Amino acid sequence: MTKKNTYTGEFYQRDRSMHPPAYAEIYKTSVPRSPKQALISIENSLSEITGPKFGHNDLGELDNDLIKNYAQTGDAIGERIIVHGRVLDENGRPVPNTLVEIWQANAGGRYRHKKDMYLAPIDPNFGGCGRTITDEDGYYFFRTVKPGAYPWRNWVNSWRPAHIHVSVFGTAFAQRLITQLYFEGDPLIKKCAIVNTIPDQDAIDGLIAPLDMNAGVPLDCLAYKFDIVLRGRRSTLFENRLEGN
Amino acid sequence: MPQNLNYLRETASQTAGPYVHIGLAPGAAGFKLFEKELGQDMAGPYANGERITITGRVLDGTGSPVRDVLLETWQANAAGIYAHEEDPRHSEVEKGFSGWGRVISDFDSGEFVIKTIKPGATPGRNGATQAPHINLWIVARGINVGLNTRIYFEEDSNAHASDQIINLIEQLHRRDTLLAKKTGENTYHFDVVLQGENETVFFDV
Repeated sequence: MTKKNTYTGEFYQRDRSMHPPAYAEIYKTSVPRSPKQALISIENSLSEITGPKFGHNDLGELDNDLIKNYAQTGDAIGERIIVHGRVLDENGRPVPNTLVEIWQANAGGRYRHKKDMYLAPIDPNFGGCGRTITDEDGYYFFRTVKPGAYPWRNWVNSWRPAHIHVSVFGTAFAQRLITQLYFEGDPLIKKCAIVNTIPDQDAIDGLIAPLDMNAGVPLDCLAYKFDIVLRGRRSTLFENRLEGN
Repeated sequence: MPQNLNYLRETASQTAGPYVHIGLAPGAAGFKLFEKELGQDMAGPYANGERITITGRVLDGTGSPVRDVLLETWQANAAGIYAHEEDPRHSEVEKGFSGWGRVISDFDSGEFVIKTIKPGATPGRNGATQAPHINLWIVARGINVGLNTRIYFEEDSNAHASDQIINLIEQLHRRDTLLAKKTGENTYHFDVVLQGENETVFFDV
């Protein structure tokens, strides 16, 4: 039988020029946590083209609804938003059935984490994490509240723009990615040391979710669109042999 | 102008930050939200092979433990088969074996503990065999792009001599940074050094 999907070869080499370098002086914590030796580039084997699979049995019903999934006495406080988009690969093909996880501060900029001591209050109805699995078209969505900006220790007066952390798997361990979503129009984006570790303006723009009025729910919530692109794969037509058999 | 190639570009990475546990291991952040936290049982109850425990720390360039790190592991079963449809033998994997795990360091000591089974040798490229190894992906505050490395096992030195990946490491002493050291019958020690003397070998996969 001919396989419909012929993109089963190696993954395209990661373009490191649009990712932040390990060592970024402006982001102080990266200074002692960045390898100084060059990464060793390896060709894909089964170890890299395989990766964990997740199913709907792994998830609960409210896992992608951050307004409700930790609600004790009522909904989470804040500006209600939908975050939605598609997970695609560099060939523009949807990545279906892949796990997307998010976490964020509450509307006041406070994380529900025993290590976060910021003076903004915890929202008793907001946990701050969610997860979902993309559908056949690579589509996903979450409902949440817009996170607040918050101060952090980098320079004395450093503030993180409002952001949502996003973790994506793809089909292979080689595609594993964690990034952050920012919101269109936020003046703190330009000032953020973590954003500015990325050396490429187009790559920064790719992390900024535009307001998407069509996807919002009238009289209920706004929406922001965030597409995520994972590494693409070669077709198998002229492939080296990946496997040992 | 020639035609446009029309590839999309991979989304840029950003640090997982200090509160990565909220999203990926909320129990560790101090609250319960998900019915089932993912990656807590790599091998499952029915996996064949040697049950092993690997403990270690991730150390920064000053020698201090990184106490807010999160590691993900990906490995084959004891027969060297990945639980993934692109492994031609994947249907032989034991029920409940995922081969994937999520591990966080202790917030005070920085120590992490990996409980799994020892993987078998896996297929390499062009008919070669890879020595038993666990693939490791490391994220934390201050790590801008997740770091890939591998854990090999010190007792497999014969297999290491012909391992394609180990042989790519030109400086021989650096190969030792990938070896888990045996500390007991089924226990190993493996530190990751992010920077400086004895810096762990990291891969661009």
